[in-house]
Amino acid sequence: MGLTDSLKYYWNVKAMGQPFLHWQRRQAERNPKVSSRWRTDILSPPLRIGARTKELVSRHYLEGRYASGHRPVAWVTSGGPVEILQALGFYVLYPENHGALCGARRAVIDISSEAENSGYSIDICSYARTDIGSVLSGKTPVGRLPKPDLLLACTNICQTVLHWYRVLARHFKVPLILIDTPFVYTKASDHALKYVKKQLENSIPICERVAARTLDYRRLKEVIKLSKDAAELWLEIIGRGRHRPAPISVFDQFIHMAPIVEMRGKKETVDFYAALLKELDENISRGIGAVRNERKRLLWDNLPIWYRLRYLAENLGEHGISVVASTYTNAWGELAPLMNQEKPLESMARTYIYPILNQGTKYKLDTMKRMVEEFQLDGVILHSDRSCKPYSIGQIDQRNKLIQEYGIPALLLEADHDDPRAYSEEQVASRLASFVEMLDD
Amino acid sequence: MKIAALGIDVGSTTVKMTAVNAAGEMLWHHLETVDPRVEKQVDSFLNKLQDDVDSLKDIPLIATGYGRNLVHQAVKKVTEITCHAKGVYHQLGRGGTLVDIGGQDSKAIVIGDQGQVIDFAMNDKCAAGTGRFLEHSAARMQVPIAEMGSVALSAKEEVAISSTCTVFAESEIISMIAHGVAVEPILMGLHRSLIRRVVAMVRSVGLVPPLLLSGGVVKNPAIRKVIEEETKEKVFLPEHPQLMGAYGAALFALKMIE
Repeated sequence: MGLTDSLKYYWNVKAMGQPFLHWQRRQAERNPKVSSRWRTDILSPPLRIGARTKELVSRHYLEGRYASGHRPVAWVTSGGPVEILQALGFYVLYPENHGALCGARRAVIDISSEAENSGYSIDICSYARTDIGSVLSGKTPVGRLPKPDLLLACTNICQTVLHWYRVLARHFKVPLILIDTPFVYTKASDHALKYVKKQLENSIPICERVAARTLDYRRLKEVIKLSKDAAELWLEIIGRGRHRPAPISVFDQFIHMAPIVEMRGKKETVDFYAALLKELDENISRGIGAVRNERKRLLWDNLPIWYRLRYLAENLGEHGISVVASTYTNAWGELAPLMNQEKPLESMARTYIYPILNQGTKYKLDTMKRMVEEFQLDGVILHSDRSCKPYSIGQIDQRNKLIQEYGIPALLLEADHDDPRAYSEEQVASRLASFVEMLDD
Repeated sequence: MKIAALGIDVGSTTVKMTAVNAAGEMLWHHLETVDPRVEKQVDSFLNKLQDDVDSLKDIPLIATGYGRNLVHQAVKKVTEITCHAKGVYHQLGRGGTLVDIGGQDSKAIVIGDQGQVIDFAMNDKCAAGTGRFLEHSAARMQVPIAEMGSVALSAKEEVAISSTCTVFAESEIISMIAHGVAVEPILMGLHRSLIRRVVAMVRSVGLVPPLLLSGGVVKNPAIRKVIEEETKEKVFLPEHPQLMGAYGAALFALKMIE
């Protein structure tokens, strides 16, 4: 780690960037309506926390911009066991989150074309294409991404990451840690848990070597506790959707979930979610809902359509429909009870083997049914995501079972979480309008 | 002619308007190829109707179809799923699975005993399984679209068209013509290809008999025959399958004034 790089980091991040971002947040907090382009005649004014979300995310990418040479940098899959890296002081970048950000900023076609022009098929996940396109061209809406010193891929979300991270390892010529999590059909076996735990143990010397320091187990326990606290708060936040009207929609959750994905294990993330929860409780006590005239309540299955969040929120909100719960945002909270700082590696193995995408499709169906009952929902929208095959597989059967066995109206919407070329607005609009009429019938 | 309500269906290929009396009976209808200047076209429809009725004052009009939002004369807009279900249920008096094959899309709608929409599916983002697929192929084979069904039914044999994509199917047709295959078996194969695609969609919502049909494409006799063969179900058609969207819209308009 170099002195010049550290000086650059302190000057640009600590001395200049952070105070500026904080000032920007204060400005936005003073006038939240002006800073939002969302329709406030049908949706409630944006949550005040939005200014803080923006500050946190901007700061994260600002730190990344100047991290190389100052801190060790790791690139990690979204479901990756990050706590060891956090405890060792890594700057952690999540290419999937960066992909989501590119999607929301409508930069995906330009960036992923760079990967496609180099021979990567358009059928590959759009997050992977966006990341590889960004690596090959340097294009990113966040200024600059730091080069990784270490890569960590965990197969608990999909198998694409295995190949994607091998491409990154070959490109950057850095070590790749692969955590293989056996698929859970009903319950994880003891040997599967031991197998994941062993891989976590084996990863520690590699992480230590790259970070040039030894892992402090007390620090690891603290980080796990912070991860757990943030995930528990996130679960509570999602649970507030049970109120009528729901104080937070899934479209808000999609925006404010960035820290629980890319900043787990940090004190500021816990503070952030405590503040969000407080704001929601205030809104509940004042009877403020995310949708002004909430008449019907829905569940969203699968990833968001990042480039059309506002359109979907407004289109549904116009009909008094609030999408209040999602299996996707729930996935970032439901594992909180499995974390236990007193058994760091054992509980990490358990936590990271049980994500929804590493479990059978029956688990997702049961989760949807449970959420429909608990949140008193009128229907389900299943986003069939061209890019995310593990999340989308089984959706036709799940939809039919919801309708035929449980009597819950359900709609399949075909799109892609990041690539607008796999999305047809007219088709989506016509399906949504018909579904809304069906719910009202 | 004493009309009580109007419905208009601005589809991708044709515009249809119907007028109903207070009992919900269809008294008048008109159909034209869609004009990009929809508002003007709707005005011309209303002018035509004006010649046959006493007055159009206070007669509500509801619009449906892809172009419904362009009809400023309409008091309300309702989607074609809801309108087709309403129209067909009213005419045939029963629920079931309604298959509507239109110019630009096809839909499977499960209608309950009370006429309510229980579930629906629409073709995905491609022209296969829609009227456009046949229209495109008819043009390539130089067979008038109105005769396509009868020409196909006159085939003594049938060839398999493996491409479901409209553009690739065209390449396949060109290749077959180049190999000397006659027009009739190719046409029959095209009908089979389209219907298999539609039936797969119907199966995705679950086929609850009886099987009901609507939309302009089902006027084609080969479509009706092949769909019965592929589903092993007898099909039921309203008198004017192409007008069911507009008719359903008129019935909704009638409900507004009741």
